[in-house]
Amino acid sequence: MIWETVRLSLRSIRRNVLRSFLTLLGIVIGVAAVIAMLTIGSGTTAKVKSDIAKLGSNLLVVRPGRPASTGGPGGLDQAVRPLADKDVAALVAHLTGARAIAPASQKQVRVIFGTESLTSGVTGTDSAYLDARDWKLVSGRPFSDSETRSGTGVCLIGETVRQQFFGAGEPDGEIIRVNRTSCKIIGLLEPKGYTGFGQDQDNVVLMPLAAYQRRIAGNRDIDNIYVAADDRTPTTELQPRVEDILRDTRRITPDREDDFSIRDMTQIADAMASATTTMTGMLGAVAGVSLLVGGIGIMNIMLVSVTERTREIGIRLAIGAHEKHILIQFLVEATVLSLLGGIIGILIGLALAGLASAALTIPFAPSPAVILLAVGFSALIGMVFGFFPALRGARLDPIDALRHE
Amino acid sequence: MAANAALIGFDTVWKSYGQGEAKVHALAGVDLAIQRGEFVAIMGPSGSGKSTAMNIIGCLDTPTAGTYSFMGIDAGRLDRNRRALLRNLYIGFVFQGYNLLPRTTAAENVELPLIYRGAPARERRDLAMQALAEVGLVGREHHTPAELSGGQQQRVAIARAIVTRPTLLVADEPTGNLDTARTHEIMELLTRLNRDLGLTIAMVTHEADVADYAERTIRFLDGHVASDSSKLEVA
Ligand SMILES: Nc1ncnc2c1ncn2[C@@H]1O[C@H](COP(=O)(O)OP(=O)(O)OP(=O)(O)O)[C@@H](O)[C@H]1O
Ligand SMILES: [Mg+2]
Repeated sequence: MIWETVRLSLRSIRRNVLRSFLTLLGIVIGVAAVIAMLTIGSGTTAKVKSDIAKLGSNLLVVRPGRPASTGGPGGLDQAVRPLADKDVAALVAHLTGARAIAPASQKQVRVIFGTESLTSGVTGTDSAYLDARDWKLVSGRPFSDSETRSGTGVCLIGETVRQQFFGAGEPDGEIIRVNRTSCKIIGLLEPKGYTGFGQDQDNVVLMPLAAYQRRIAGNRDIDNIYVAADDRTPTTELQPRVEDILRDTRRITPDREDDFSIRDMTQIADAMASATTTMTGMLGAVAGVSLLVGGIGIMNIMLVSVTERTREIGIRLAIGAHEKHILIQFLVEATVLSLLGGIIGILIGLALAGLASAALTIPFAPSPAVILLAVGFSALIGMVFGFFPALRGARLDPIDALRHE
Repeated sequence: MAANAALIGFDTVWKSYGQGEAKVHALAGVDLAIQRGEFVAIMGPSGSGKSTAMNIIGCLDTPTAGTYSFMGIDAGRLDRNRRALLRNLYIGFVFQGYNLLPRTTAAENVELPLIYRGAPARERRDLAMQALAEVGLVGREHHTPAELSGGQQQRVAIARAIVTRPTLLVADEPTGNLDTARTHEIMELLTRLNRDLGLTIAMVTHEADVADYAERTIRFLDGHVASDSSKLEVA
């Protein structure tokens, strides 16, 4: 009986292909949008999480300038007191629970090799930086202590820089020019890929901090201090210790606020992940509205269908159809219709998500639960919005219906 | 006692439409009995209440006042779903305008009442083929109404009406849309069904030669039964 009814409704949908398709458009667009949003969203979340993990786990980043959250002047303020060597020295001397402490300053600089050139993120730091950021070398060696101290012109390059200058060749031992000073390549960094914001993390050149300060920055400022917690120490515990030590060396009296900020990358990761979740949730809600519009479309077309088929309903009632037979017939038709729209929408949504994932280099993560939900939801829309028209059909008086032209 | 045993019994049946000044009495206190196996023609001028009476007989409608009993059941007081069940089990309909489902084959049209009985597909198919054979439509099973002549469409409608082996066939002007030759073919078919299957037939017609096929003729006038004559009595 149900199968019979499904066949019947497929037939009547086929009879009006164009009209059915136009009716379905709302559902198709709604479901496609929801599926695409949620799929891209979960891909982005996964990507953001793995990005932050790549940045180094359990990492605190100290920057000059008051924390933005207190409303004070941010890092762009001229009056900001930069971080200095003695701040790093104090942390190295007094901080417990840290695995690695590394100063870093960076700048976008033109890097040249032969006739090729590339604008690259040049960072001055020391060998602890690799440890703090969980960054390994594919080949070569890190800076030696003496190189770090004396500021020798040596550097480590990222994969993008290697590709640009050396293609398939070996970079180690080659000399590149960084902002008019030359620099010998001593190692190649492991590739990290793009961040969720499309920033290439492999377009980098690392050099000893002293060399960077002298030859590139022209000052002795330190932009960041990276502090990686060891395995036993949570960053939430480490953060106040770092704050205490820095307040002390920077001689900040208790009545004044910090003139530096400490960012916890783990928390940022969580915040960003939850932000993307909220974003996709909101976009999903917007897409949900189009599902509602689609539902109203279904209701409309079912009302038309019931009116057009009044005589048919009259015949069926005269012949002995129970009200519920007519109700079920039109309910099934509405459900089949919107389910069809849902399935088309899912396919389109997945295709869009696949394209977007490829373009944004995020993982394509279709969720079976979301797809099932979309199927169920579109069926539900058909039932809900089909109910009123179906009831209207079922309640027709057979005599009136038979008289209907 | 005789009235009790009747298949169809009208006891001062009224059917009124509208309110106050505009009130119309389509039936004004009709008393009537039709026995099982009878072939009754209902005649009368336009607006005399024939279709109204037929709708009540067919359990499509209920009286405003009075009692309509069908098979001894007080059908006038049943709800619409119970009346639907009565129609499905015991009553077949043939209309002037055939009323077949468009774009649906003859066989599927004939199967329709069986679907609402929950009959399995095989059984439906077999019974539909049999009914189509009984009305002389072998070879046209898979034609849609648009591909059939008026007479053939009416045969499909008759097959659909008898496929459930009903007790009563209600036919409101079944030959109204047909030419003379087709009319007589249909009337011969109905006569045969009445004789061979013992099917009770109540049929509205405007034509005297159509009414001649019936054993009994009831004439309506202004919502009353004006005359009621049987061939046997006359003979
Ligand atoms: N639904 C209705 N609403 C109002 N009046 C109605 C309705 N149905 C029938 N009538 C009136 O009841 C009266 C009897 O109608 P009915 O259809 O029974 O006539 P009939 O004998 O079948 O006529 P015809 O030979 O033209 O078919 C008519 O006056 C008609 O206008
Ligand atoms: Mg009439």
